[in-house]
Amino acid sequence: MARPKPRKGPLLGLHRHLRRGPISEEGWSQLVAKDRRWEASYRGRWSHDKVVRSTHGVNCTGSCSWKVYVKDGLVTWETQATDYPSTGPDMPEYEPRGCPRGASFSWYIYSPLRLKRPYVRGTLLALFRQQRERLGDPVEAWASIVDDPEVARAYKRERGRGGFVRASWDDAVDLIAAAHVHTIKRDGPDRVAGFSPIPAMSMASYAAGARFYSLIGGVVLSFYDWYADLPPSSPQTFGDQTDVPESGDWWNAGYLLVWGTNLPTTRTPDAHFMTEARYRGQKVVVVSPDYAEHTKFADHWLAAQPGTDGALAMAMGHVILKEFHVDRSTPYFQQYARRYTDMPLLVTLRERDGVHVPDRLLRASDLDPASEVENGDWKPVLIDERSGEPVVPNGSVGHRYGAPGEWNLRLDGVQPMLSLHEHADEQVAVDLPRFDVGDGEHGGIMRRGVPARRVGGHLVTTVLDLTLAQYGVGRPGLPGDWPTDYDDPQPHTPAWQEAITGVDRRLAARVAREFARNAERTDGRSMICMGAGTNHWFHSDQTYRTFLALVLMCGCQGVNGGGWAHYVGQEKVRPLAGLQTLAFATDWSRPPRHQSATPFFYLASEQWRYEHIRPADHASPLGRGLLDGKHVADVNALAARLGWLPSYPSFDRNPLDLVDEAQASGASVADHVVRELREGRLHFACEDPGAPGNHPKVMTIWRANLLGSSGKGHEYFLKHLLGTSESAVRAQETPPEWRPQDVRWRDEAAEGKLDLLTTIDFRMTSTAIFSDVVLPAATWYEKHDLSTTDLHPFVHTFNPAVSPAWESKTDWQAFERIATRFSELAERHLGVRRDLVVAPLGHDSPDEIAQPLGEVRDWRAGECEPIPGRTMPKLIVVERDYPAVAAKWAALGPLVEQLGTQIKGTSWDASEEVEHLRAHCGAVRGGIADGRPSLRRVEDACEAILSLSGTTNGRLSVAGFRALEKTCGVPMAHLATGSEDLRISFADAQVQPRTVMTSPEWSGIEAHGRRYSPFTINVECDKPWHTLSGRQQLYVDHSWMLELGEGLPAYRPPLRYTAIFGDQGARDGSQRKELTLQYLTPHSKWSIHSEYQDNVHMLTLFRGGGMLWISVEDAAELQIADNDWVESYNRNGVVALRATVSQRIPQGTCLMYHAKDRNVGVPLTELQGRRGGTDNSLTRIVMKPTHFIGGYAQLSFGFNYYGPTGSQRDEVTVLRKRESKVVYE
Amino acid sequence: MTIRAQVGMVMNLDKCIGCHTCSVTCKQVWTDRPGAEYMWFNDVETKPGVGYPKRWEDQEQWRGGWELDRKGRLRLKAGGKLRKLLSIFANPDLPTLDDYYEPWTYDFEQLVDAPRQRHDPVARARSRITGEQLDEISWGPNWEDNLAGSPERIHHDPLTVGIEDQVKAQYEQAFMMYLPRICEHCLNPSCVASCPSGAMYKREEDGIVLVDQQKCRSWRFCVSGCPYKKVYFNHRSGKAEKCTLCYPRIEQGQPTICSETCVGRIRYLGLVLYDVDRVEAAASVPDEHDLLEAQRSVFLDPSDPLVRAQALADGVPEDWIDAAIRSPVYLLAMKYRVALPLHPEYRTLPMVWYVPPLSPIASTLETDGYEADPDEVFSAVDDPDAMRVPVDYLANLLAAGDGEVIRGVLRRLAAMRHHMRKREVLGEHDDSRPRAVGMTSQEVEDLYRLLAIAKYEDRY
Repeated sequence: MARPKPRKGPLLGLHRHLRRGPISEEGWSQLVAKDRRWEASYRGRWSHDKVVRSTHGVNCTGSCSWKVYVKDGLVTWETQATDYPSTGPDMPEYEPRGCPRGASFSWYIYSPLRLKRPYVRGTLLALFRQQRERLGDPVEAWASIVDDPEVARAYKRERGRGGFVRASWDDAVDLIAAAHVHTIKRDGPDRVAGFSPIPAMSMASYAAGARFYSLIGGVVLSFYDWYADLPPSSPQTFGDQTDVPESGDWWNAGYLLVWGTNLPTTRTPDAHFMTEARYRGQKVVVVSPDYAEHTKFADHWLAAQPGTDGALAMAMGHVILKEFHVDRSTPYFQQYARRYTDMPLLVTLRERDGVHVPDRLLRASDLDPASEVENGDWKPVLIDERSGEPVVPNGSVGHRYGAPGEWNLRLDGVQPMLSLHEHADEQVAVDLPRFDVGDGEHGGIMRRGVPARRVGGHLVTTVLDLTLAQYGVGRPGLPGDWPTDYDDPQPHTPAWQEAITGVDRRLAARVAREFARNAERTDGRSMICMGAGTNHWFHSDQTYRTFLALVLMCGCQGVNGGGWAHYVGQEKVRPLAGLQTLAFATDWSRPPRHQSATPFFYLASEQWRYEHIRPADHASPLGRGLLDGKHVADVNALAARLGWLPSYPSFDRNPLDLVDEAQASGASVADHVVRELREGRLHFACEDPGAPGNHPKVMTIWRANLLGSSGKGHEYFLKHLLGTSESAVRAQETPPEWRPQDVRWRDEAAEGKLDLLTTIDFRMTSTAIFSDVVLPAATWYEKHDLSTTDLHPFVHTFNPAVSPAWESKTDWQAFERIATRFSELAERHLGVRRDLVVAPLGHDSPDEIAQPLGEVRDWRAGECEPIPGRTMPKLIVVERDYPAVAAKWAALGPLVEQLGTQIKGTSWDASEEVEHLRAHCGAVRGGIADGRPSLRRVEDACEAILSLSGTTNGRLSVAGFRALEKTCGVPMAHLATGSEDLRISFADAQVQPRTVMTSPEWSGIEAHGRRYSPFTINVECDKPWHTLSGRQQLYVDHSWMLELGEGLPAYRPPLRYTAIFGDQGARDGSQRKELTLQYLTPHSKWSIHSEYQDNVHMLTLFRGGGMLWISVEDAAELQIADNDWVESYNRNGVVALRATVSQRIPQGTCLMYHAKDRNVGVPLTELQGRRGGTDNSLTRIVMKPTHFIGGYAQLSFGFNYYGPTGSQRDEVTVLRKRESKVVYE
Repeated sequence: MTIRAQVGMVMNLDKCIGCHTCSVTCKQVWTDRPGAEYMWFNDVETKPGVGYPKRWEDQEQWRGGWELDRKGRLRLKAGGKLRKLLSIFANPDLPTLDDYYEPWTYDFEQLVDAPRQRHDPVARARSRITGEQLDEISWGPNWEDNLAGSPERIHHDPLTVGIEDQVKAQYEQAFMMYLPRICEHCLNPSCVASCPSGAMYKREEDGIVLVDQQKCRSWRFCVSGCPYKKVYFNHRSGKAEKCTLCYPRIEQGQPTICSETCVGRIRYLGLVLYDVDRVEAAASVPDEHDLLEAQRSVFLDPSDPLVRAQALADGVPEDWIDAAIRSPVYLLAMKYRVALPLHPEYRTLPMVWYVPPLSPIASTLETDGYEADPDEVFSAVDDPDAMRVPVDYLANLLAAGDGEVIRGVLRRLAAMRHHMRKREVLGEHDDSRPRAVGMTSQEVEDLYRLLAIAKYEDRY
């Protein structure tokens, strides 16, 4: 690596003078007469042969550049690089970046935890070898094992229980490839799945496997939604997956609310921007139930009860609306709201029981139903204050897919009317739901009023008028019940929230007022940092929308130093276009099989069979019963058949065979499939997840610890997906009357669904322990790769400090071997096939205007015709040349030029880049990829990612903006002017971290030292958001959103688990004292998920194993002393661990830091005598029906963009002290 | 007057995020080897807490540092040479391994090597001292992280003595801060004075205190003599070892490992010129509250022409003097007076100083909500006595119990925030806040740059 730049610090220029006096023979000298030659010994320890730049591919947003020190061919230690490009003279730099976890990484390389060789469970390997010998063919050998239920059952039950033996790479890969080939042949490629998260943390390693799975038609599983890190509020409000400020932009905020993200712990390298901005005059307010690390830096600590944050935010909104929008008008806020939010849009009011309830947005098609307005159902309406007439503003999704040049936010002289209060035809009472009352989830009703007019035959009001009603901010003349002042305990006043959150009402009001006033005086520089603490709840989308409402009310979004700053799991692949091209092999075939992981695992691990929460339970008391009688699995089945969400495996038939059948029948594939479905001969696989043919059969996990970290419902995974005997599930199955209508219930629950589970890792996690095959991966100091994050604007490289140790291989090498062997075996068993991909209606494509007005029409129920791509999924035939998979995998395919690159609806032609790559990487000679740029070397794959992205290749950025200008009709290419000739190569980034460029792949402007803040392009160039209205939406009008009473932001409390499930105690007849506690699983200080929690340095720095943090009061109640062994259990499982007693924990709450794996120091439980589980032994997947919605503008499917999230924070657990001796075996 | 140069450090506790990166990088470079497993040349403690080793601050127990005898003369708290000689084979003031912790590892091999068995394999803990399995891990170098176990131990923290009513293990009153610690490289090091073998010395050119690994004879009086418990005994080599202020790096023009890897950017390294001849007198002032000013009086103003001349005469090179003028340590300790020595009452004249932390307003004092002026966001925030960390607690740590010293520093920090908010956030200019704390606007803005912008070359 390059030498660090010379520093000019006052101390550091002096080193020559630190050697004073006469020079001794070894170069050291001294003034005193004392013999100091011994000092050479420590100098000897501080010496090394080389320093190599690398980083850590862990699932955090650090993306830190590190110096790795090598001595005598061994990695010794690491320290942070400090040579980041400067942020300029008037703000802190990004150096150093890196935390204690990263600083301890080198321990892994030579530790006994390291996987050194391939391992296969002995019984399985012996079987495979024996059958292969007998049959002479690995595929037939595999078939003979898995097609014999008794044999299969036997090896599956042994999963996790030791007994690994060493295997050669050849044998292990042979087995893996044979399993893939056999499964594709027998059941179809959609029975094969790969799981690997977060490409940003090591893009090529991610792409290695994702590319293989995409080429064979395998299922690539999502992660962001599955981890519950995806904030569905972001697509709901912004039409964007997530886009947030880089940490350096915190520096620009004048007011910082830190709400659910513990910055020092989870954003360790960035926290200094917060601590330092305080000196610049920033006020910091922390909302947190516990006195956590970030609380130390707050000026005020608002100790809201867990999960009640939405109530606090609603009250803050009440104060802001009243003081800044009603009592006086704030010009900046008004001008912002008019142009960039949906507040002036008109909402229809529907009569219900003599009063009104809000319904859908008024559309252009409502104004004159006879007229032929293009996409009139997709264009909302507002009233022009000047003319008093309804106007259809530019910028809605209807304009996006209509005549070019009108998708923009220009107002062209129109002054949108925010409120009808002084222009109303009548004052109308409206009923609105509230969820803070009642025992169940339904809540109650409050009556408020809005000013209304009749437009296009509909009674309408504005979104702002409805919002004021929702928040309880009254105005003269309106009907309904309104709070009289802040001390009135009606929703949503400061006094109202105090009863729920425990936060002093005056303090809540003070913070709200300061937040808004700061935004008023700084044109929006008020920011809210948010994260897992508020996002991992079942109703986190609603909680987040209450936060987003605050930033929209105050004009903070799209402003440097302002807006939302969502920090959990939101890693950003800055060179996104290139990564997507490589990872999903869209250079060879489209589309890939992208699957929402949450419903996938819900079915795969049979958690649906234990469901006790019905979709209709979440409905508003004002709902129409749209979800009545449905089970969550029914909602999933509906989403699959309406094209809302992907659902793989798709049908109860091999998709390869389906195409052959269609061909044989002479019909088109689409017609054939529709007919088969209609006539009941073909079924969606998700309608019978227990059927043996519908199971996922083969799964590979790399760069992940599914079981020991992210697997909500851990014990269900063990029981049903893996079939091991080690499961601790204690739950009852769904009672007969609540079972699904459209999904088949089998008396016998499936166990051991997977035939093969493979893990590729460098350490022995519980996922590896429970796998059939484990392949040893190279560590992060042993390979080339790329890393980026949204916390900073740089591209980092991984570089090998040493070669992969023992028999480990990089992910790139491992998948090349798998692909190669797969292709060899495919010659005989698969050949060239045609595959039917059942694809959902996608966001950022014309699909998203398929199902108008937010109405749900089910073709199965005869409510509409089944039309692929409109009322049901798209049916797309893709050719699979299976013997050519390896050749395609290792070369950049021709669709880059033939079809161009699509990124968030923007496209560009990268032909020039292909030429460049052909020269740079070399061309493949011979075979299907003849003449294509080679990707065999991982450095070349990295180069391709950088070359094909606008953030790292200015030419493409300009091309993308030019294309966007045509759609929008506003100038944008100037954003990238000056960068046309700039290109970041892999070699450049090896020398020094490189700063990326402004690109249409993202929504912020980052040029000339400006910090990245999302949506600054939208605000400054009038580019619409990717929502229905093109504006940021407070109001979301899909009929299911309204059914749940969530058209507007609202406070929804944590799910009332105690009421739903009753007593979850030990029930072992012992009469021992127990307590039921709220169970929180925040991110740990001593690990990044499960990474590092098994590292001796981290274990040493905090107590050596899993701990449950409990309050002083609860500890006293159960007579638990600090460090006592305890047990925590509920219907889902049991965990054995020790207690940490602390005054920083509120009574009634316990904390188990997330992703404590079961492989280090975990004893057998007292309750069941099994290994004591992980934090996810106490959780289970719970899904919200609104997250299944699709085919409707921003509520359309995108991979990791919209879909059900795997929340876990609402859970409760039962605690008691352990009495019996701790045993491990 | 005899002038020497000393490399000193300032840690801004107000910025410390308690992440322990400093500890880990230091550990990996210096003490990740047999005999040193339990040693953390750099550790970070959550306060309130008893620390590492337990209750290290209780000198009634450990008898480290100096005290004044009845005649007002400085002497080692552990006693003079005679007492040393009498106890040379049984030093009564040594911490045991339990006071530090018993280092451990795990049987990770089991995870791969386990034969077919009933349950999934697990790696069990094993002592790195005895090699025995450890089913009960009961203490570690950071056992009290983030107030863990605090209710049982909060009043074992020596800093809470006399202020028990202000420091309670109650949710409503919770507060915490972090204290990263290395060797203090004192001007008046009691460890050096305690060593019977002459193995310890303070380097004349830069003041770094070291244990000669050839001369050390394992008496361990340095371990007990150091009131900060920052000299350790290597049970494998039989030698005392301690933080070397990374002299092999300092000599190469690199900051210490703990400084460069501090991701909170809290550490400053710098040269201070001082008068060796005044050290003993400064350490001997009768009133503990005068020790801070006494130590400051030992530091010399490198901009003073007389000091410059004498320093040159004493062999300090010219560019060292220039470096001392730009030294962030000198600026923070002397010019802006926001940095304070750790436990000045130990009379060692320590050279690692700390900026005390601000903390949230205690909830009972912040409820002027409905009436508060939203433009005065720091109202109540700038009152040191309204903050959660009790002033007296900080005073016991950094000011020999003198709360006024702490208040003075916290008020300066608050004035900086007020002033900068006006200038940077609201675009207004107003000198009133700096004046109220006896500073000019320019000084406050310079202090802001040093604490907030803190570029690499400004920190070291």
